[in-house]
Amino acid sequence: MIVGRNGSGKSTLLRLVATAIRPDHGSLRVLGLDAIEEPDRVRHDVALLSHASYLYDALSALENLQVAARFLGRDAKRGALLPLLAEVTLADRADDPVSTFSAGMRKRLSLARTLLQNAQVVLLDEPYGELDPPGFRMVDRLFALLKGRGATILMATHLLDRGAALCDEGIVLDQGRLHWAGSAQHLPALGGLDPASLPNGSK
Amino acid sequence: MSALVAAISKELRLQWRSRAQWLAVFSFGASALLLFSFSVGPNYELLRGNAPGFLWLGLLLSSTLTLSETFHAEMEHRALEGLLLLPASPQALYYGKALSNFVQLTVLGAGLVPLMVVLFDAPLPRPFALLGVIALGAAGLSAPGTLYAAMTYQARSRQTLLPLLLFPLVVPVLIAAVKATSLLMLGDPMGQVRAWALLLVCFDAIHWSICGLLFGRVVED
Repeated sequence: MIVGRNGSGKSTLLRLVATAIRPDHGSLRVLGLDAIEEPDRVRHDVALLSHASYLYDALSALENLQVAARFLGRDAKRGALLPLLAEVTLADRADDPVSTFSAGMRKRLSLARTLLQNAQVVLLDEPYGELDPPGFRMVDRLFALLKGRGATILMATHLLDRGAALCDEGIVLDQGRLHWAGSAQHLPALGGLDPASLPNGSK
Repeated sequence: MSALVAAISKELRLQWRSRAQWLAVFSFGASALLLFSFSVGPNYELLRGNAPGFLWLGLLLSSTLTLSETFHAEMEHRALEGLLLLPASPQALYYGKALSNFVQLTVLGAGLVPLMVVLFDAPLPRPFALLGVIALGAAGLSAPGTLYAAMTYQARSRQTLLPLLLFPLVVPVLIAAVKATSLLMLGDPMGQVRAWALLLVCFDAIHWSICGLLFGRVVED
């Protein structure tokens, strides 16, 4: 679990790990691979749920998943993708264009797209953002599903209690630097987002 | 190859959904031809002689409308980044886009031909050969146009920047296409049309291979 105030570098860290951006300097290793030299090999095993939806407004929910499935070399037939849409409670809107979707529905579809990748490392950037309470429970369920698959999950969130219940380890970022690291369960009690309230020795 | 098929299938779907834009681009091209005919006046000999040049200028000007919107759907919700992270091959994405633009420009060029015949009283003795030349010329415009569209999409003044970059590069294609069209329409006593068509094939081969290689650098950096 990655926490920090707005602008602390949570999304940037996740985008670096996903190889969406390159670091200005330093090294970056993901799953033992040099992510700067071999971004394509890293991308095979990493999936990112970003702030941007990565969706095409002109296409339907099903077509958006079909586009991703074809590039991944997966079965892109309707029957193969409808269960995934059902996981995010969008099966009844499968043929509707994404342009008609609310922000929460787009987030659900983006989650389905992320799950489709079946990656070893799943990066979730504010997965609860824009979702309603049933959506929160859906994310919790999908989180458990991914953990059950053996995936490593890195989640950036402001919902400390929820994150602490799901995650094992937590880090606090402040101005792009690691400020604290430890058990995620300690974060809500420590005040979480305020670096001043965290014990420096835990770094 | 499966990535290329996936890219083409995606482009065809997106193009079909935005088919209303095709009509707008065709109307722009038709308006350009009409204005060219007004600028020359009712001199049929002059109009006929300039018809191939007007056709290609109309197509070139219209192409900037099509090309500048090539990456609109990709950038709206950073869909292109999403595809690259899958990971999708940048070359497959490029050739999917370029092929889609090629089809659009070829259809547009073919659509402007009847208008040219009516407005400029232009002869059309070899319509299928002319269609072939239009396809070769459209290929020469779409390959660099797609690359430059990717380079300029995030620029604030992309509508201006794209033609500024593209036009100088496609001058050889334009010259060869106008010459081949002119020979097909107005007569080819020396049998030169094959040589100009071959020149177009050479430009197309260069543009399609080099732009495909460069696209990865453009979208990754």
